[in-house]
This record gives sequence, structure tokens and C-alpha cells, in this order.
Amino acid sequence: MESSRPTPEAMLDRVREEEARARRGRLKIFFGMAPGVGKTFAMLEWAQGRRRDGGDVVIGWLESHGRADTERLSEGLERLPPRVVMHRGLPLSEFDLEGALARRPQILLVDELPHTNAPGSRHERRWQDVEELVAAGIHVVTTVNVQHIESLGDVVALLTGVVVSETVPDRILDQADEIELVDLPPDDLLQRLREGKVYVPDQAVRAMDGFFTTRNLTALREMALRRTADRVGARREDGGATGEALMVVVTPAPESANLIRAAYRMASRWRAHWIALSVETAVFERLSPADRERLAGHLALAQRLGAETLVVRGEKAIDEIRHAARGRRVARLLVGTPDRPGWRERLTGTLAERLVRGGGIEVVAVPGRGGETEPLPATSSRMPLSQYGRAAVVVLGVTLLLGFTRHLLNLADQSMIYLLGVLLVSSTLNRGPSLMAAVLSVAALDFFFVPPYLTFDVAHFRYLLTFAVLLVTAVLVSRQTLLIREQAEAARQRERRTVALYQMTRELASATEPEPIVEALVRQVRLLLERESILLSNPDDEAPGLVDRDRAVARWVYQHGQPAGFGTRTLPGGEWTFLPAGPEARHGVFGLRMTPGAAPLGPADHQFIEAAIGQTVAALERISSAEVAEGLRLHVETERTRNLMLSLVSHDLRTPLAAMGGAAETLLASENLPAPERRGLLESIRREAFRLGRLVGDLLELSRIESGRVPIRRERYPVEELILSALDQTHSLLADRSIRFDRPEELAMVDADGTLLTEALVNLLENAARHTPAGTPVDIRMASSPAGVSIEVADRGPGLPAGEEARIFERFHRGEPAQASGTGLGLALVMAIVKAHGGTVRALNRDGGGAIFRIELPAAVGGLEAARA
Amino acid sequence: MNRPSSELPRILLIEDEPEVRRFLRTSLTAQGYQVIEATNGRDGLALAGQHRPVAVLLDLGLPDTDGMAVLVQLREWSSVPVIVVSARGQERQKVEALDAGADDYLTKPFGLGELLARLRAALRHRPADGDDALADGVADAVRRFGRLTIDTTAHRVLVDEAPVHLTPIEFRILAVLARHAGRVVTQKQLLTAVWGPSGTDRGDSLRVFMTHLRRKLEADPTAPRLFHTEAGVGYRLIDDEG
Repeated sequence: MESSRPTPEAMLDRVREEEARARRGRLKIFFGMAPGVGKTFAMLEWAQGRRRDGGDVVIGWLESHGRADTERLSEGLERLPPRVVMHRGLPLSEFDLEGALARRPQILLVDELPHTNAPGSRHERRWQDVEELVAAGIHVVTTVNVQHIESLGDVVALLTGVVVSETVPDRILDQADEIELVDLPPDDLLQRLREGKVYVPDQAVRAMDGFFTTRNLTALREMALRRTADRVGARREDGGATGEALMVVVTPAPESANLIRAAYRMASRWRAHWIALSVETAVFERLSPADRERLAGHLALAQRLGAETLVVRGEKAIDEIRHAARGRRVARLLVGTPDRPGWRERLTGTLAERLVRGGGIEVVAVPGRGGETEPLPATSSRMPLSQYGRAAVVVLGVTLLLGFTRHLLNLADQSMIYLLGVLLVSSTLNRGPSLMAAVLSVAALDFFFVPPYLTFDVAHFRYLLTFAVLLVTAVLVSRQTLLIREQAEAARQRERRTVALYQMTRELASATEPEPIVEALVRQVRLLLERESILLSNPDDEAPGLVDRDRAVARWVYQHGQPAGFGTRTLPGGEWTFLPAGPEARHGVFGLRMTPGAAPLGPADHQFIEAAIGQTVAALERISSAEVAEGLRLHVETERTRNLMLSLVSHDLRTPLAAMGGAAETLLASENLPAPERRGLLESIRREAFRLGRLVGDLLELSRIESGRVPIRRERYPVEELILSALDQTHSLLADRSIRFDRPEELAMVDADGTLLTEALVNLLENAARHTPAGTPVDIRMASSPAGVSIEVADRGPGLPAGEEARIFERFHRGEPAQASGTGLGLALVMAIVKAHGGTVRALNRDGGGAIFRIELPAAVGGLEAARA
Repeated sequence: MNRPSSELPRILLIEDEPEVRRFLRTSLTAQGYQVIEATNGRDGLALAGQHRPVAVLLDLGLPDTDGMAVLVQLREWSSVPVIVVSARGQERQKVEALDAGADDYLTKPFGLGELLARLRAALRHRPADGDDALADGVADAVRRFGRLTIDTTAHRVLVDEAPVHLTPIEFRILAVLARHAGRVVTQKQLLTAVWGPSGTDRGDSLRVFMTHLRRKLEADPTAPRLFHTEAGVGYRLIDDEG
């Protein structure tokens, strides 16, 4: 199957994962079907073995329940003292995370993974403690029972009737490096239970009675075995997902959680990628805070179970689901389906049926309202009473108006005016008041204006029809009006988010400093969510409004790269939620102030925050990668210059010094040296001294230019000026040559650092003088085109050896035979200078013998002020 | 020129490197100068006051104070010719020194010939006390530089006795360079002299005018040149008498 081949991205992810794992500690889990199978015992036995092998094994937490054999088995193992927390006046012993991190054993035993920590602990749950320990590089060994696994919670409840509240995310199990199943046949376990070998807390005895039955235990055992086998299967599978995805539609309905778990189980069996989709239609704006929170909880659950979460907005849920499914190559779609369909579902079919009718996708309908996107009517928002009051006032007003004009209007007119009142109500107020206005209107019409008056009796069947028409019209009209209003509101919200993100993107694109980027983020969050926010590049940065407790949360997020604070499971105290900015909080920590009591954020808001942080991080990354590249370049340059210095000191500086020293010594020692020889030695000293001086000068110049630390001071020059200036400086060296200078009639201009470019030309001329026989001509040719200016220095010397054309620009490269007067740096300097001007320099062999050095420079940009006199 | 013939011309040498001092002392003495030495700026200023030298050789990199500061203090009361000595790569300081009133410069390492030529040029143009070297000092009306003849009163320029047409600005540039023949004139000094104090941002134009001047006056690039471009500093009109 082609789709089972791992994509490059997947392989890359895998490599990254393996790298991360190398630094992480290993996690070993003793996994059991029920309490009493002997997980703790097995763990201790294993630990003793490690200790005998010389391992540094420490007990972080042990639930021995006072059993003697367990206690005996823990003898000889170091035990970490528990942390004592006062809770409601009672001391509670807890596992000491700080202590464990400080002790940093090689292997740490932490019993009872699903445990809930006492309030005020760093993490809400013990499995979070374990995650932190593993991330810190400590090998952790722990125990857990199958009924605590999050994705199996509903199945366990279904099978055994026991609802487990302390669950452990499946991810923990999936990421464990080793799982050891502690298995015991159910009958043996029941036997142990009867013998009192299993610890059961008194208050739970009754519940446990129902729990420990052969039937339940067999079911749990099967689940434990299958869960272990699934995992083993997943491990063996190379390359992971098959490429086809599973999608589950998430709603605020409580049943939706079961649907998510079902999707997770299905996806893990297939080893498929799975997506939890929430569609926000106009209805969403009407959801009560409780519904919104539940929806957010469902999405979070899906995320914990490894789903990709997706929130889309649109007019019609069914269209959005189809669209999202097509876009993600979804092979199977999970939706809930109502046990008792409502009138609408009877009429048009359930969502599942409608999706099936669309075709192209396999739809799995799971019983329970969980799949419907409509909110439960009962839980929808509670209207303030004043809204009903206002609706009643409108109906009363209409009634009074009609009372004064009753002799002018007939029943049809009166019905119309009541309808107008209902329309007025529904265009400003919510659904409930609108409905009430419709009913009140019909009642008032009947009571006041339909004979017999001032009773609800109806004289004629005709009137009933009028009422019915009025009521239906009023309800339908108010419904439509509301829908339009809600859609307009939803569109407005969507628009605001889009605009905010768009604006941010624009601001970020032009930013070159971190400050404006952070400002843009904070401003857009304030505008859109009306909340205070902050981006700390370092948790200890100056920040008003953060108290010590908040800062501690920020610091934790910074260190662990996981969200924490208000509304999360880690350090939930305080008013701030902190999210990592970038992977491993590379760009710091984003904080959002969640004022208590304010409306909770919807999934779209969370999505906005994520997108905003993502954009900010991308912008920061862009800046810092530019900085890093620049820093690296400078570093490499510095390193190169240093190496150059070393080679120079070792050879090129010593040679002339040795020659000078030797000559001077000879002169001092031999008093009566013949005059020509004295002169020869003195000249050698002078020559070597000048050569040394030039060498040092060239070298300083070269490193100065190449380091880029000295900026090039560009001014506009006629190229001719520079060439003539270079000829001036080399006049004596070229005295015996015939020099031809070809130049165009028009002045060619360049923007250059005159001193440097002249120096480059001087070096080319000196090079020509040194490497060609005396008396041979040197030709200088200058040409200009709109694109640039070229300067050629051509000689009639021996030319360049084949293959040397590029090498001659390297440092300390000298033509053979080595010329005593050259420094070997001249052409490297030319190259550096020309490059710094954005130009190129090349060496070629000349037709008819000799070499050509050609510099090409970009032309000066912009016009020159008129140079006429 | 009010130098007593009984006494050798005195040169004040302000330089902290003993080896450089030794070399300059020996060679200048051999050339008929009397050399007074100072190893730092403070002593240098004191000796300049005491001995009234005919020229000062000033190193820009002194141990106690910046050579530049010495120059500025010296210029407060003396117009003695000053030649600054700088290391390569100190173009900016060099130009600053020239603009602050130094007469010429030498870049280390320099040859003896170069030093003596600069010194002669500086002494030749030594202004009378209190006369600004760049103000409209009285110069000879007609001067010759190799094949070039300049008649400042008649505004005429001849090359090999053939008249050459120069624009008014070209002529003014040439006149300024001629007045300081043999010495370097910085770009800023030239711009101020030709265009006035507001003309200092017209470096682009100046370079174009210089190119035109050179094309008109020294058509053959292989011949010895009249104008020297001192890269990054300014221009010098070569004076054969030097």
C-alpha cells in the first residue's frame, strides 16, 4: 500500500522525537487490570534487582498500604521524605517533586500514577509530576491500572458500572519506554481478596464489592491485555499513520466525550491520524458559558488523546464538516446520533443520515446526542428577566395603541400590528422573549379584540385560524430575524479576528526589532479579547502586574515549554494563563490575564491566540535567524583572520625579519667589509623592512575590510579619477613601461570608497609590474554600460598557469617563482575590496599572451548633480 | 624668510618612538637641519615656544595626548609649517589634521626622499607670521609647472605654450592648487576655496571637475603627471622645483 510509506515529514518527526528521547529519562510502567494484582510488589522486586546491579534507585512514593511483605521488599532502598501539605487543617503527605528533582537519582519509583495531588501542589496530577521528572532526565518507574486510562474510562464505566474520575492520558502510556503487564487470573485475584491480601479502603468496600466480580475482572483483564498488545503493535509498526484520517465531530453535549474516546480507540487500532472537529455556526454565539466550557474541555480531551483539533466557522455545519473532511483526506467520520430524533430530524434526517447522503465518506453514527451540532435547548443561555419585561411592555404598548384606535381598525389590521410588535421584539431581543411576545400577542388579540371581548373564549372558528396564522407567522418571522442577527454577529466576530490577524501580519512583516513585534501582539489581543497580555522573553523580565506567584508559573512554562496557570492542569492558581512562545518556549512565555468572572474564551478565541502567538514566533524567528547568521558569519571571519595571523607569524613575518637581523649582524661583526657588499646588505635591510611594512599594512587592511566592522564610506567618483590616482601611486614602479589607457569619452561613475578602490587598483598595477618582465607594456581599459563599469589591467607577461585563475586570489598565493617583493596578500585584498563594493574580479589569460585582471562594479545609482560650469 | 644664516634651520620633532627619532635625527642632521626632539605633546608645545622651529614633524599617535590636540593648541599662536605623520588606515585623522591647519602629511612607513620633499615644499611656502595659508595670499601672477603655465591675473592657462580653455570653476580649482603647489590641499579646503563655506557637500562635483581638468591639462597618461590624487585626502599639484 502506497500510503503506508512514511512521508519525509513523518521521518523527520521521528528523528526529532528520538533525539528528544535521548535526553529524556526513560519511563517504565507496571500495568495491571485491577488493584491487588501486585504491581507495587513487582515494581519493588525489579528495583531491588537494579539496586543489586549497582543502580542509584530511590523510592519517591510508595503505596504499601501497611502490608508487611511490601514494606519488607522496600528495605535497603533509599526513600525520599514526603512533602507534608496542610489541607483544611489536616496534614496530607504528598510525593515531593522538588525534592526528587534536587536529589536527581538515576532511577525513581513513583507508585500510583493516577493520583490527584493535594491543592496547592505544582501539578494537579501525579502523572504530570512524572512527565516533568522524565523530561528532566530521570528514569521513572510507576504503576497504573487499566481503568485509569483516559480513553477506556467510558468502556470501564459501561462494563463495571464504576465511574473512574482519576484518569491518566493515553499519551503517557504510549510514550512509555517499557510497559510491563502484571497479570493475575481473575479467580486468583478474588482468592487473594478473600484472604485479605488486597488493600481496600473501608469507605470503598461497597463499591468494590460490585467491582471485584469474575465478570468485571475478566473484562478488565482483556482490556489490559489488549491495551498492551495495541501498544506493542504500534511500536512494531514502522512509519506510523496510514495516511488516511479519522474525524470526529465534537459538540458541547456531554456525550461528545464518549464519542471522542471511541474515535481515539478506533484511530489507535488503525494507527490513523485523527482529527477532532468543532463547527461554530451562528448558534455558537448563543451557547451558555457552561456549554462553551464543556466544548473547550472536549477539544482539550481530544488533544490529550493525540488528536489534531480543528475549529471551523460557517453557516451550515454539514457543509463545513464535508469540506473539512475532504480537505484532510478523512476516510471515516464519527458523529453522534440522537436516541430520540426531534421533529426536524424526522423531517430532514439526522446529521449522520444527511452526511451519508452526501456520499464519498464512511460515516459512523454513534448513539447519543453527542454528534449533533445544535446546542441542547435546555442549557442555552439564561436571559436576563428584563428582556422578558421589555417584550411584555412592547405587547402592552401595541394593545394600548389598538385599544385607542379600535373603531378605526378591523381584526386583520390589528393582527398585522401585533405582528409588527413581535418583529420589533425579535429584532432587538433574544429567542425566549420573542417567543413570549408572539404568544402574548395572540392572547391579547383574543382577549381584547375578538368577541366575546375580555374573555379568552372564541366566538367563531374563523378566529382560531387567525390566531394560528398569527402565531406561526410571528414565530417564524422572529426565528428568521434572530437567525439573521446571529449570523451577522458571527460574521462580525469572524471579521474582527481576521482583521486583527491580518493587521498583525502586516505589522510583523515590517518589524526588524523584537519590541514592535511584541507590542503588536499585545495590542491585537487587547483589541480583540479585551484582555491584558504580555510576552516575556525571559520570565524574570520586568513586567508590571505580575505577582511572584504568576512569575513562578511563567518560569515553569519557560523551563518546560508546556502551558500552565489559570484554566490548565498545572499551577492553576492566579489570574494568568501562560503559554510557551515557540517550541520549548524558545521565544519566551506569553501570558494572558484571565480576569475571574469574565466570559470564558471560545475555541475560536483560543485559535486566535494560537495563531497570534504563532505569527509572533515566526516574526521573532525571522529576526533572530538573521542575527544568528550575521553572528556566525562574523565568527567564521574572525576565526579565519586568526588562522591567517598564525600562519603569517610563523612564516611570512619571520622570513624578512631573519634576513634583516642577519644582514645587520654581519655589518656589525665584519668591520672591514668591502663597500659594495656593505651596500648590498644595507639595501637588503631596507628592502625587507619595506616589504614587512607593506605586508603588515595589507594584512591590517584586509582584516579590517573583511571583518565588515569598518563601514565602507561610499562617495561618487569618476572611475577615471581612481585609475589615475592609482597610476600616480605606482608611477615609479611602472616607470619603464609603456602604459596605454583606453577610456570612453563619457565619464563613468561609481559609488565607492575612493581610498579602498584606489588601493585595489594599485595592487593590480603592482601585481602587473612584479610579475611581468621589465619593459613589457601594461594596458588599462575602462568601459561602461548601464549595468556597470569594467576596469581591466592587462599585461604581456607569462600569463596564468591553467587552473590558477581563481586560486591567485587566495591569501599568500604567489606566482612561481616566488617574487621576493610580493606579500601574497595583494590580490586577496583586491578581491575583498571589490566584493565589499558589490563587484566581481576575475583573472583571465589574454589572447596573444599575458594576463587580464577584470574588475566589474555596479554603476552608480541615481543622477549626479549637474557638473557643468 | 628671517632665518639667521649663522644658524641651521631648526626642525621640531614630536615623536615617541626612539627608533624613528634616531632615524629622523640622523638623516635630517645629515641634510643640514638642526633637530629638536620631544617625546610627548606637552614637551613638544613647550619646545615649540622656546625654540621657534621652522617646521614641526608631528606624530599623530602620541602617548600622553592626541597629536590632533597638540596641533590645535599650536595653531592658536603659531603658523609654523606642520607635517603630520600617521599610520596607514588613519585617513580620517589625517584629513582632520590637514583641515585643522596641518600643512602636509606622511604615512608610515615613509622613505627619506618623500620626507625631504615634503619638508622643502612646506618651507618654501612658509607664510609670513599671521598669514593664513589658504586665504588669498599674494602669489606670483605667472607660474610654471612643467609644461603648464598659469597666469592668474590674465586668467590664462597654457600647455606647451598653447592656450587651453578652462571654465571659471576649473580655473579657480587650478589657481587654488597652484597657490599651494607641492602641498596637499584637502577636498574640504578646495571646496571652501572654490564654492565658499556652503560648498562642502559638493565632493561629487569636485571630482568630476578634477577629471575634466586632468583631461584638458595632462592628456597623456604616461607622461609625468601634474596632479596627484591623494586617495581619501585631497589633491596635490606637483611642483618640479621640489
